[in-house]
Amino acid sequence: MKEYNDAGGAEWDHVIQSQTSLFDLRLREVWHYRDLLVLFVRRDFVTVYKQTILGPLWFFIQPILTTITFTIIFGNVAQLSTDGAPKVVFYMAGITLWNYFSNCLTSVSGVFNSNAGIFGKVYFPRLIMPLTIVISNLMKFGVQFLLFLCFVGYFFSQGQIQSNLWILLTPVVVILMAVISMGIGLILSSMTTKYKDLNQLIGFGIQLFMYASPVIYPSSSVPTDYQWVVHLNPLVGLFDFMRFAYLGVGNFSLTSLLYPTCFAFVILAVGVVVFNKTQKTFMDTV
Amino acid sequence: MSKVVIKAEDISKQYRLGLVGTGTVKDDMKRWWYNLRGKEDPFLKIGEANDRSVKGESDYVWSLRDINFEIHQGDSVGIIGRNGAGKSTLLKILSQVTQPTTGKIYTKGRIASLLEVGTGFHPEMTGRQNIFLNGAILGMRKHEIQRKLDEIIAFSGVERYIDTPVKRYSSGMYVRLAFAVAAHLESEILIVDEVLAVGDAEFQKKCLGKMNDVSKGEGRTVLFVSHNMAAVKSLCTKGIVLENGKVVFGSDAESAVNYYLTNASQVKDTSIADRTDRIGSGAIKVIGIDLINQKGEIVDQVISGDWLKVRLNLNINLGVIDYSKLFVGIALRDQEETRVVSFFSDEMGTDFTKFKDKDYIDLVIPQFNLRGGMYDVAFQLSLGSTRVDDFIDGLEKAMNIDVLPGDFWKSGKLNRTGNYAILTSNFEN
Repeated sequence: MKEYNDAGGAEWDHVIQSQTSLFDLRLREVWHYRDLLVLFVRRDFVTVYKQTILGPLWFFIQPILTTITFTIIFGNVAQLSTDGAPKVVFYMAGITLWNYFSNCLTSVSGVFNSNAGIFGKVYFPRLIMPLTIVISNLMKFGVQFLLFLCFVGYFFSQGQIQSNLWILLTPVVVILMAVISMGIGLILSSMTTKYKDLNQLIGFGIQLFMYASPVIYPSSSVPTDYQWVVHLNPLVGLFDFMRFAYLGVGNFSLTSLLYPTCFAFVILAVGVVVFNKTQKTFMDTV
Repeated sequence: MSKVVIKAEDISKQYRLGLVGTGTVKDDMKRWWYNLRGKEDPFLKIGEANDRSVKGESDYVWSLRDINFEIHQGDSVGIIGRNGAGKSTLLKILSQVTQPTTGKIYTKGRIASLLEVGTGFHPEMTGRQNIFLNGAILGMRKHEIQRKLDEIIAFSGVERYIDTPVKRYSSGMYVRLAFAVAAHLESEILIVDEVLAVGDAEFQKKCLGKMNDVSKGEGRTVLFVSHNMAAVKSLCTKGIVLENGKVVFGSDAESAVNYYLTNASQVKDTSIADRTDRIGSGAIKVIGIDLINQKGEIVDQVISGDWLKVRLNLNINLGVIDYSKLFVGIALRDQEETRVVSFFSDEMGTDFTKFKDKDYIDLVIPQFNLRGGMYDVAFQLSLGSTRVDDFIDGLEKAMNIDVLPGDFWKSGKLNRTGNYAILTSNFEN
C-alpha cells in the first residue's frame, strides 16, 4: 500500500486533499472494486425491461425498423450507393455498430447527472460507472449483432456477399468502438456537469455525427478530394471493416485500424484524466 | 494513548451561493487567468462565515473554515451542531464524496461511510441481490459479503422476504436490510450520518447497540452525526461541536452535548415576544414567561423542591376572549427533548374566568420536584378545545429553566442532579 507522510513525518495510509496530481488516477482502486463492476453489470442485465410487455424483443424491433426505414429512404428513394452489397445487410452493418457507439456515448456523457444520487452518498471509484455502461451495452449490441449475423448467413448462403476470415477481428473492432465512445463520453461528461446546455448539444451532435460517419453510405462514395476529411473520423476504419469483412465490399486493410487504435488510446487516456479531475468536486456543481 | 487514525489539518470548504451555473464561465476564466500567472485563486480570498441568518455580501461562503482535529483509534466521536453548521459537509469530505477547498485529512485504515442507508438499492432486485450490490458499493469484496451473508440476513430480520424484490418491502424492512449490510462492513473507520432517523424504535435500538459493539468491542473508530443528543451521549466518547463552519468545542461527548445545548440552542437568541416559530391564531399572545419565587421575586434559577410560580404574560390582541373556554397547557422537557412533566388546565378543570381582568396567567407549583438540570418550557393556549386548529398561541422551547439541586428531603444533603423527578416518599416498615 502507498504510504503518505504528513509534515511531522508520521505515516498514513491515505490522504484527502484538494490538490492532487492530474495523473493520480488511483486505477488500483478501480481494480479493487472489480466485483462492484460485475454486480452493476449484472444489475443491468437483471433489471432491463422488467415489467415491459415485449421485453427483450425491443432489442430487435429498433434495429429492424431502422434498417427498413434506411433501406427505403436512403437506398430506394435517395438511391445512395451500397458498394453493390444488398441494402438490408449493408445498413444493418452500419446501424448495429453505430447504435452501440451512440448508446455508450450518450450514457457515458450523462454519467454524473444520472448517478448524482449515488455519487453524492458514497465513494467508490467513479470510473466504475462508465465501465459498467460500456459493458452493459455490449448485451444489447450482442443481440443486435446476432440478428445481423442471421442476415449475413442468409445472404452468404445465397452467394450475394463474400464474407471472409477478417471477421475474426470483430472483437478488436468492438473493443475499439467501446474505448472510443467511452473516451469521448468521459470528456463530455466532465463538461456537462458544469455547463448543462451541453446535454442538449450532445444528443443533437451525435445525430449529426452519424451523417459524418459512413453509416448510411460507403466511405468509398466520398469524392477523392474530400477523402482525407472523412478519414479524420476515427470511426471510418471501423465501419469499413464491418462492410469489408462481412459483405466483402469497400476498401480495408490492417493499416485502416491503425489510426482508430491510436485515437482510441489517446482519447481514453485524456478522458480518464479529465474525468478523474471532475469527479473530485462535481457534487458541488451538479 | 492509542494512535491517531484521522488527522484533519486546516480543512476548509467553499461553496458558491446562488444559481450554480450562471456566471461560472466568467469566474472560471478569471481563476484560469490568475493560475496562469502563478497567482493564488482570487476567490479563495473572499467568502464569509456561513451564517444563514445574516444576508451575506459575497456569493462565496465558507461552509467549513480551518477545521483541525485528531481522532484516535477506538474513539466514537459525535459531531453536533445546528443545521447548516457544516456537519454534512465535513462528513462528505471524510467520505470522499467531495474534496476540501484547502487542507488535508490524513487517515489510517479503511473508511466506510454511511451517509444514507440503501445507497444503490434497485427496487426490481431481490433482497439477496441488493445485499451484494450495496455491499460492493460500500467497498466490500464479493467473498466478504458471501461469508457474512447469513449473518446479514439474520440481523436484518427479513429472512422471509430475502428473495423478493425490494420494491415489495415495507419502508421499515428496506431500512433494516440496508443497515444490516452497512453494520457488517469490515472497516477500521465508520462514518455514520443521521441514518437512524428511520426505522422503528426496536430496530433503532438494535442499530445503536451494533454501533456500540463496533466502536467499543472491536476497537473501531466511529464518527457519528446526529441531532439525537441522547444517542450522542450514550454512543460517543468524544464530541465535536461545529458552529458556522468552525469547530467551537471539542472534548468528551457529555460536555460537548452540554456546550451545544447551552450555547447553540435557539432559546437564548430571541425573546419570546419576537419568536416567529409559534403556532395558533394569535388572539392572545404570550410575550414573556416569568419564574417567581415564594417572596414574589422574579428569579432566573429554581432550587429543586422549592415553591414556584410560572407566570405567562399575555398580550391580548383581539377584543373579548371567552375565558371560560380557554385551555392552557405547559410542559417541561429535558435536554434530550423528552417531556418530563406537563400541566393541562382541562385535566385540572381550571376555569380561567378568574384571570379575566389580568394580563397574565399564573401556574403555581407548590413543590418543584425536578432534579437539578436544564429544562425547556413549551406552552399552548387554545380556545374551545385542545385541538391544534383551536390553538391561539403555542411555542416550543420558549425558555430554559435552570434547576439547582436542593435539599428536598431536609436531610442536609443536596439531591443528585439528573433530568427526572423526585417523588415524596419514605422507607417504612
